[in-house]
Amino acid sequence: MNDRFEIPARLKNTSLFLIAVGVLALVGGIACLLMGHNSTDVDKSRFWAVLLHDSVFFTLMAAACIFIQAASNLAQASWLVAYRRVPEAIGANVWVFGTIAAVIMFIIVFCYRDSHGIDAIYPWVTPGNDKVLLGKSAFLNKGMFVGFTVVTIGLWSFFGRKFRAMSIAQESAPKNDTKIYWKVFRLSGLFLLVYALSQMSTIPWMWVMSIQAHWYSTMFSWYSFASVFVSAFSLILLWVVYLKNQGNLQLVSKEHIHDLGKFMFAFSIFWTYLWFAQYMLIWYSNQPDETFYFKMRQQGPYTIIFYANFIINFCMPLLILMARPSKRNYFTITFMAMVIIFGHWLDFFQMIMPGPLGAEWHINWYEIGIFMGFAGIMIFTVSRTLTKSSLIPANNIMLKEAVVHLS
Amino acid sequence: MAIKKFAVAAYDDEEVLFPAVKKVRSSGYKIHDVYTPFAVHGLDEAMGLKGTDLHIAGFIYGLCGTSTAVGFISWIYTSDWPLNYGGKPHFALPAWIPITFELTVLFAAVGMTLTFCYLNQIMPGVKKHIFHPRQSDDMFVMAIELNKHTSEQEVMAFLKTTGAKEVNIQTAEAGWWYGRWDKKEPYEALNLG
Repeated sequence: MNDRFEIPARLKNTSLFLIAVGVLALVGGIACLLMGHNSTDVDKSRFWAVLLHDSVFFTLMAAACIFIQAASNLAQASWLVAYRRVPEAIGANVWVFGTIAAVIMFIIVFCYRDSHGIDAIYPWVTPGNDKVLLGKSAFLNKGMFVGFTVVTIGLWSFFGRKFRAMSIAQESAPKNDTKIYWKVFRLSGLFLLVYALSQMSTIPWMWVMSIQAHWYSTMFSWYSFASVFVSAFSLILLWVVYLKNQGNLQLVSKEHIHDLGKFMFAFSIFWTYLWFAQYMLIWYSNQPDETFYFKMRQQGPYTIIFYANFIINFCMPLLILMARPSKRNYFTITFMAMVIIFGHWLDFFQMIMPGPLGAEWHINWYEIGIFMGFAGIMIFTVSRTLTKSSLIPANNIMLKEAVVHLS
Repeated sequence: MAIKKFAVAAYDDEEVLFPAVKKVRSSGYKIHDVYTPFAVHGLDEAMGLKGTDLHIAGFIYGLCGTSTAVGFISWIYTSDWPLNYGGKPHFALPAWIPITFELTVLFAAVGMTLTFCYLNQIMPGVKKHIFHPRQSDDMFVMAIELNKHTSEQEVMAFLKTTGAKEVNIQTAEAGWWYGRWDKKEPYEALNLG
């Protein structure tokens, strides 16, 4: 059985091409800023906000893959085991995206100022005498930001690499040895605690919600978690289908694909639930300090993105993924995985852009190019990690159960 | 429904039942149904049953629930009895979503339950013929529908060869009917004769 993955030349070239496009877009962006005689504050903000948007989205998506492993380890779920090298490989590369995101965020916090000396992306960095921002300064300040970011990305990177290393160590362990299994089990519990205190509460507040620091929502972290969680499942599905097309992962059958499809479907609905719960409470109570957030998005310059977000992330998965045959059809499910990732990228776009850019948002060569660059880094790093071990988690005590799994 | 003639074979093991089902089907007999004391996995495929379309019915019931809720609430609040609730618009869709959702679920759930009962011919106050008193206890019972050209002796001999412990011929109502379990129907006496 073909359990080793060798990077096909085409995949490698594609990833390098995408990275080149990203670098080109970045260079183009810098050139426009430096050489454009009339580059305004908004142009500078756009440069940084787009980098922030993509790096944060990819970091959180990769970190959600660690969460998927930890949750399934704790639930003693076997259905994931047949292709668990894929979430492991994505999770082991959190440090790449995390480092990029941290560098970009630290530059924004410490260096980036517009012509009025104000941080146009994180306004709490330069609160002036804004009473609301000063009131939040116990949590929203440079020290806390750096501390939370460094600790979180450090822990995510550690757990992502650790889970993969232990899963590989299981291959050379004595047969039916459960020592590593229970160690991973305990570490998974610990990771859930870390994840609950980072992704599910503080980190989206720090990284994303504080862009509009006057506004807050206690649902925000859950809502952005649901967003990256469903994207992570779509990403895993894309890798699994790709590896199957290459003749690897022969133990993975339509039953496993069907289960991934169920998760994509179910958590699209979950995302909508949180999205709507956040929206409806603010709509209902109608407080001016809360509604300005949605006023801008729903009835302002972002109307088209607001509704596209809802249609792509709710209506399309609901209507297309509901039927059983569509979750078992490789074309539909792959297409929907791409749609869902794009949809949640758009969701993060409308979380981040209205603060710094106002009405002057674009989805143009720069936005698309940077997104392609990050997609290229994802393909490049994950495919390299996948080659380094066997794709079948041999000796995993759940493997047999995973192979005979019926959805 | 119609009163039909059945050849009934009772097996005492599902390992015997499976090959028997396949043999009966490949010999061209029409299986009316197989009754087992517990759910036997894979039996539906062995019998050649098609997957259910119950979920499509469920989707349609759900759509009915959604449109009932949205239609009814919007009619009340925009034309029949418009009220001003804290300056909200009369057509206040977000506020209606929870009720719309609940009604969608209610319609889908109740509709699917009733459809499920109809498809399986089960309901309080209705009866179905019981081919073998031990079919819900420890026997696996297969009923084969006969037509007027089938030779009863031949079928019974054939069923014996598939490993059946008991074989007999019954004339019974094929479907369901209103009735009480404590009263015998007139035709049920046929089997006694």
